[in-house]
Amino acid sequence: MHSPFLHAPAGAAHDHAPDPRRRLLLSSLALLALTGCGPDAPKLHGMDLSGMPTGDFQLQDTSGQERRLADYRGHPVMLFFGFTQCPDICPTALTRAIEIKGLLGADADKLRILFITVDPERDTPEILRAYTQAFDPGFIGLRGTAEQTRAAAQSFKVFYQKVPTGSSYTMDHTALTYLIDAKGTLRAALRHQQTAEECAQDLRTLL
Amino acid sequence: MKKISIKPLAAAFAVCALALFNQAAVAQDATLKIDEPWVRATVPNQHATGVFMRLTSSAAGRLVAVESDAAKHVEVHEMAMQDNVMKMRQVPGIDLPAGQAVELKPGGYHVMLIDLARQITPGDHIALTLVVEDAKQQQRRVPVDAIARPLNASAAPAADHAHKK
Ligand SMILES: [Cu+2]
Repeated sequence: MHSPFLHAPAGAAHDHAPDPRRRLLLSSLALLALTGCGPDAPKLHGMDLSGMPTGDFQLQDTSGQERRLADYRGHPVMLFFGFTQCPDICPTALTRAIEIKGLLGADADKLRILFITVDPERDTPEILRAYTQAFDPGFIGLRGTAEQTRAAAQSFKVFYQKVPTGSSYTMDHTALTYLIDAKGTLRAALRHQQTAEECAQDLRTLL
Repeated sequence: MKKISIKPLAAAFAVCALALFNQAAVAQDATLKIDEPWVRATVPNQHATGVFMRLTSSAAGRLVAVESDAAKHVEVHEMAMQDNVMKMRQVPGIDLPAGQAVELKPGGYHVMLIDLARQITPGDHIALTLVVEDAKQQQRRVPVDAIARPLNASAAPAADHAHKK
């Protein structure tokens, strides 16, 4: 959790690892989360992103249908970037999403849960469909070309990079879950460490 | 084993000897306690998954490798969060301080099975061998039987750890 080897080896990335712009964004996000957006801002467990531009994407769902964020207008959205070979962060985030749905009760039916793969090379539509369905038949898996994936991630300020391991490769990626309200406005980002109960509270506050 | 003739008595003796040998192997490893070994089930064509467990070694040691027929490559990994970015790295080993439980769990250390031989479905038993080195750098091999939990198994599914942080 604190080992020096966790600093990505220079040159291993196609993206610049310690991107100063990302650092700036993250620190301003942290500041926003600390201060809120004024005295009336609701107290959130996650980072309050109200006022930040909402991202967008142009991807395909696992039935091959072209999808943009606007297609889910009218529904609150929980959006997560990940990859199916991930041994624990992605399954833990998706398992938490199931728990959150459970805590929301009847309101959960409106919620749309989107999982965008950052590893379209290995995550074929078939694997992505089987994977999301294994968690919850309602979860929506989205994937695109390398270029579409890059554009989607950039638009949500999501960082990802391929990292070689001994015999294969893994993906570093931002592990935030974004909350977008039914009007299509970005509201908050839930940190990976937050409990399902905290996430459900934020959803009730915001959506 | 192949040198033993198939006379019933000899065969019976061989079975007994084998049983004794196995017991001895396990007994020899009374130093390492392995709790709740489990592996996360996969969907068809998924290439990789993680194995988790809790290790308590009575004498200081180090987990230096893991082997399994379930996958072409078996690696020991550490997962960490940095600025909300998840990073996973292969580690050369995991120290096992004397008497201290070391958790391999979601969000931390895990054994990674890469290029799986086949899909793992909930309830499957996956055989692994832990290679543990003692303070004198003597290696020993400890068998583990990990049971597959569903893909959506949470970090702490056992009842007694339900809300442990
Ligand atoms: Cu791993």
